[in-house]
Amino acid sequence: MDKEHAQALYHEMLLIRQFEDKAAEMYALGKIGGFLHLYSGEEAVAVGALNALRPDDDLFTSYRDHGYALARGCDPKAVMAELFGRETGLCKGRGGSMHLADASRHFWGGYAIVTGHLPLAAGMAYAHQHRKTEHLVLCVFGDGASNAGEFHETMNVAKVWSLPVLFLCENNLYAMGTSTREASAQSEMYKKGCSYGIESWQVDGMDVEAVEASIEKAAAFIRSGKGPVFVEALTYRFRGHSMADPELYRNKAEVEEWKKRDPIPRFLEGCLANKLLSREDADRISSEVERQVSEAVSFADASPEPSLNSLFDFVSA
Amino acid sequence: MPTITYREAIRQALRIELKENPELILLGEDIGAYGGSYSVTKGFLEEFGAERVVDTPIVESSLIGLSIGAAMAGMRPVVELMTINFALKAIDQIINNAAKIRFMFGGQFSAPLVIRAVSGWGQLGPTHSQSFENYFAYAPGLMVVMPSSPNDAKGLLLTAMRGKDPVLFIEHALLYSTQGDVPEGKEGIPLGLSDIKRRGKDVSIVAYSRMVLLALQAAQQLSKDGIEVEVVDLRCLRPMDLGLAVSSLKKTGRALVLSEDWPSCSIASEVAARLQNEAFDYLDAPIGLLVSKDVPVAYARNLEAATLPNVSDIVGAVRALLS
Ligand SMILES: Cc1ncc(C[n+]2csc(CCOP(=O)(O)OP(=O)(O)O)c2C)c(N)n1
Ligand SMILES: [Mg+2]
Repeated sequence: MDKEHAQALYHEMLLIRQFEDKAAEMYALGKIGGFLHLYSGEEAVAVGALNALRPDDDLFTSYRDHGYALARGCDPKAVMAELFGRETGLCKGRGGSMHLADASRHFWGGYAIVTGHLPLAAGMAYAHQHRKTEHLVLCVFGDGASNAGEFHETMNVAKVWSLPVLFLCENNLYAMGTSTREASAQSEMYKKGCSYGIESWQVDGMDVEAVEASIEKAAAFIRSGKGPVFVEALTYRFRGHSMADPELYRNKAEVEEWKKRDPIPRFLEGCLANKLLSREDADRISSEVERQVSEAVSFADASPEPSLNSLFDFVSA
Repeated sequence: MPTITYREAIRQALRIELKENPELILLGEDIGAYGGSYSVTKGFLEEFGAERVVDTPIVESSLIGLSIGAAMAGMRPVVELMTINFALKAIDQIINNAAKIRFMFGGQFSAPLVIRAVSGWGQLGPTHSQSFENYFAYAPGLMVVMPSSPNDAKGLLLTAMRGKDPVLFIEHALLYSTQGDVPEGKEGIPLGLSDIKRRGKDVSIVAYSRMVLLALQAAQQLSKDGIEVEVVDLRCLRPMDLGLAVSSLKKTGRALVLSEDWPSCSIASEVAARLQNEAFDYLDAPIGLLVSKDVPVAYARNLEAATLPNVSDIVGAVRALLS
């Protein structure tokens, strides 16, 4: 870890946190509608994972996708504008929060039908294998998704065909209000990968360095042609499942316990201790993030809605 | 008669049958501890216990399959699918098993489960704002119900939970907080009968689910100009009773069919075709259709609003029929 890299990781995580806080505020003001799933608490996973990969490795994820978009380098302005449903949004206001994508960054989308994207990721990996390129596909999903049929079908095919796909399961202990304890016969998700003979392991998802190292190792394995890897990141969402969640299913004490492991101060403290970051660096990054987020909001707010003449764009039949 | 919400009406029906029928269980994703995505089953876990209110993993297809099996064994599963969009994951079980079992095995047994699913929109984006009643109403063997009022919701759901065939009961997210008078009793409303929601002599509107409410609002506006609209609520899409719609059309000579689904292969196009067959000689104008625009529903508020039919669209369409 060098200073520059430490700054980048800290910056990206903080950007996601503040972006999400701002999105929640904008939701309360009615600027954002529908379902809004925030990534607060899980930042280390996206940031660690994407920093371990090449910018042209492919990315598929679920509806909880703001963190991935930002960690992939998408412009916060365009992300916020998408949440506002504006023409300048990443997907021109068509997709909204749950369906972000940026093809120029090999970010192939957030998908809102649970497990719907797993076969797509494996399919893209198949194309890479077929064309003998070195790309790999990162496929992110939750603990809840790992109980569904398409998850198992995709694991099986990925192993049988030895596909260059990296399954990253974010185990945040809940699928909406259903805990993994109640919904999954196997409480350790990586063991589901093991059961298909896939190289699988766990990582502390609240530790950005650990995630980065773990994904680097996984990527090296995949690029050496040995087939898929399954990484389970143990993490926690600090906010409700979506903005509509009254959180009846978990107690405050549990949330507070996890907040003690908040990946952002944890990383910062480590960096301060190791002299990778100074207080001044942290303050500078913090005000830079504040500026980015407030610019994103002003940009989104000032952006036009999609023109009604464009209603039928992007469908040919 | 007490005035209650559509949500409360459904809750009442579920509670009545949970109490009356010990074989009846509720199953679904987040219906227990979370309280249901649309709070329909809020408090049920505490009231009826985890044996009757079962939280399931995210397994729509298997959930329907499991419920079919339990129904074959004599239980009465009532499954909640958070949204109709997720019913596509389970369409194989719904059509190939639930809808076929009684017929395919010569009537020896059936799969009397009720599937509650939610239709609707509200900036939910392209995958979460769809209407699929047509997909399911297409298949013989499965009843499809789409109530518009609290009264119908309660009465039709009670009947659905007492019948011997599988029923897909589609609720509308934007109706949950609407209110209406609902009798307190345990009486059901027979499935497969339409209902006149407003009398009028000039134009017949045929609709179901939320579009009935919009039709009634449009009718009120038009009434100020002396145009009296009759509103026929189909209530059930399979079996579909067009008796009242046909007699209404014979009286008015003009009909407008409304739905939130897309134009092609839709319930609305089906209704229009059947009405034309039955009442061709009485038509003073071609049957009007007002449905969603033929494009996925965008997240952006203005595009979404432009995609779905609204009250002023209905008013305009009625005027067009009369001119
Ligand atoms: C097929 C399908 N079923 C149900 C839902 C509703 N739903 C949205 S997110 C979610 C929970 C998913 O949990 P998990 O995979 O653990 O991801 P997390 O939200 O925790 O990141 C559910 C049930 C859906 N979107 N798609
Ligand atoms: Mg989860």
